[in-house]
Amino acid sequence: MKEYKPKIVCFLCKWCTSAGADLAGTSRLKYPSSILPIRVMCSSRIDPMFVVKAFLNGADGVFIGGCHPGDCHYHEGNYHTRRRFVMLTKIFDTLGLDSKRLKLSWISASEGTKFAKVSNEYTEEIKSYGENPSKLNVFL
Amino acid sequence: MKRIGVFICHCGINIKATVDVERLTEELAEYPGVAYIENYVFMCSEPGQKLIKDTIIEHKLGGVVVAACSPTLHETTFQDALEEVGLNRYQLEIANIREQCSWVHDDIEEATRKANLIIKTAIERLKLNDSLYPISASLTKRALIIGGGIAGIQAALDIADGGYEVILVEKEPSIGGHMIQLSETFPTLDCSQCIMTPKMVAINKHKNIKLFANSEVESIEGFVGNFKVSIKRKPQYVDPDKCTLCDDCTPVCPVVVPSEYDEGMSWRKAIYIPFPQSIPATFTIDTENCLGFNPIACTKCSDACGPDAIDYDKKPEYFEEEIGAVIVATGFDLYPVENMAEYGYGKYPDVLDGLQFERILSATGPTGGEMHRPSDGKIPKEIVFIQCSGSRDPERHNPYCSRICCMYTIKHAKLYKHKVHDGQPYIFYIDIRSGGKRYEEFVQQAVTEEGIVYFRGKVARIYKEADKMIVSGIDTLTSKKIEIKADMVVLAQAIVPNFNAAKLINTLKLNTDENGFLIEAHPKLRPVESLQAGLYLAGTAQGPKDIPDAVSQASGAAAKVLALLSNDEISHSPIVAIVNEELCSGCGICVSACPYGARELDEIKKIATVNDVLCEGCGACITACPSSAAQQKNLTDEQVFNMIKIYSYL
Repeated sequence: MKEYKPKIVCFLCKWCTSAGADLAGTSRLKYPSSILPIRVMCSSRIDPMFVVKAFLNGADGVFIGGCHPGDCHYHEGNYHTRRRFVMLTKIFDTLGLDSKRLKLSWISASEGTKFAKVSNEYTEEIKSYGENPSKLNVFL
Repeated sequence: MKRIGVFICHCGINIKATVDVERLTEELAEYPGVAYIENYVFMCSEPGQKLIKDTIIEHKLGGVVVAACSPTLHETTFQDALEEVGLNRYQLEIANIREQCSWVHDDIEEATRKANLIIKTAIERLKLNDSLYPISASLTKRALIIGGGIAGIQAALDIADGGYEVILVEKEPSIGGHMIQLSETFPTLDCSQCIMTPKMVAINKHKNIKLFANSEVESIEGFVGNFKVSIKRKPQYVDPDKCTLCDDCTPVCPVVVPSEYDEGMSWRKAIYIPFPQSIPATFTIDTENCLGFNPIACTKCSDACGPDAIDYDKKPEYFEEEIGAVIVATGFDLYPVENMAEYGYGKYPDVLDGLQFERILSATGPTGGEMHRPSDGKIPKEIVFIQCSGSRDPERHNPYCSRICCMYTIKHAKLYKHKVHDGQPYIFYIDIRSGGKRYEEFVQQAVTEEGIVYFRGKVARIYKEADKMIVSGIDTLTSKKIEIKADMVVLAQAIVPNFNAAKLINTLKLNTDENGFLIEAHPKLRPVESLQAGLYLAGTAQGPKDIPDAVSQASGAAAKVLALLSNDEISHSPIVAIVNEELCSGCGICVSACPYGARELDEIKKIATVNDVLCEGCGACITACPSSAAQQKNLTDEQVFNMIKIYSYL
């Protein structure tokens, strides 16, 4: 049997987490190819609909990376993200979707090691849940 | 449909080693929209760029994807290449297949599969990119400098010499800051006042500089190139045009208060001039202590004033000024010595902080430059200096190094020896940090030639015995207990951000670190800029530093301002928010989501608007919009959805 390789859609803010991911690369740290990046200007640009769409289209996990609280390049964008994320997990639970598959992490531009660590751990976690069962129930 | 060219870079072997570029080229050639695809060893090289440019012309490309390193590195390189052959620079997308793919994966199969997906998302995004043009706005060719210490003075002179107008705002009655209080400066031992006063006079005389002393910035609005500031000038109650500086007023004033200039070690009157070389040169009445504000209580100074320069009814004046750029140079304070209970400050009058000792050393100080201790005027024969007092102590005080204390302490010890030849200075230290030019030589000369004794260790406590203070500590190099009977103790207090600047920094929306120092845009490559466009940093407000560093940083900030002001207009990224007027309900949620005040409601049309110049393109308002009326240019919801599809349908 072919090894199960999850697909994880990652929304990374330009100033912190995407720069942190770049640093992970520059430092030649290794993590699984399940991590699929989309760079946005700020984590506050990440519409909850992006997450829902990715999930229902078949992503096994959705990851959101932003600047640490207080360090947002745009002052307060990550606070919006934090509130939206909490709301989104509640909505997932209400709809019977698996909110465990969503992850929010604050990774700064200097935390390449953290990016690689989170990517490794999160991929393992998603692997343990197996394939996303909701992807067949597309209703959007 | 847009004809898209895809250019895959090998980056030597950096990409090619783990991504099969030949296979990618084959696979993606058939992808809808791709009109041309090629791989090449170094896309960023001149031949690589030429390949892109020639292909754009030959194949009539409408957009280009470069699959290479992170966009932070070469996005502008390739944008410029597109523009050179007449293609709009926003018809470029970078697929980051190096930092976020080839360098982090080992498996060629997996890395190639992922690179394929990353390139497809870039193609999908590019398909819906509009051609955009930088937004331009006019600018006011004038700078505001907040803080009249050495950093603010240097920046003001540099910009004014460059031919632009400068407004310098200082909250105290005179400019000069802390540097004017210093005696002599390391490592050359030139007198601080001698090197500073010519610069202060130059500020006063410069035709391009408008000085607002005794003033504060009340508010600021606008954006880079187009700020409006409101400045409040507090009344000095003495008309500088009438005042002849005869000093007939101070002898008759019945109120005595501790002098700020002498760090509380001498007295001044309620009507006073901060120090003889004050700029602007005029007397000020300190309203908190003056009795004359109760008219029946006292009018002694007014009665004594020959030219009738005193007016108790003066009111604050408010000024609105337009400016294009701001330099924030609000300076430092010393960490309050009251926090150092173990060192007996406040309990023992002969425990001083570094600035107080500067005043004792200074020829204009309370003792006229002679070495006497405050309690009984005795000449101190044994003196202990304690470094890192309040610094490098994360548990109880400040975690950071204050950078200047090693140097000024050795200077203090040296100057003390120059005044008291048979005196003995002892210095308690953790490390000696003498990294500046000629600093190490300065330290070595003091140790070998002046007989200054260093103990590596911290002082545990100080207590009194007769008229001496017993300084008790451990020398960690010999593990021996040290007890010194000292006549005087000087604490090298940590530098902390100016206590009075916190409100201003909030008004300016500048970010500070956990210690309250201003954060620069990049710690290495943008050290004098803030993250707020048009706001620059200079001096100790950004972090502890010595005079040469403060002056260099001020000149650096001035150069940035000069570069900005020398433009006739400023350009701004066109990646901003737009509003679909048909969909907008005018609910105003976007207005509250915007951290820049770029979103406003149009009262007539009842819809939200975007001020393109203020918008920084974060996208917070777009996500907040409940009716999807707001979109981000070249990163619309549709574009993101198309990218998500690539990743999630497998």
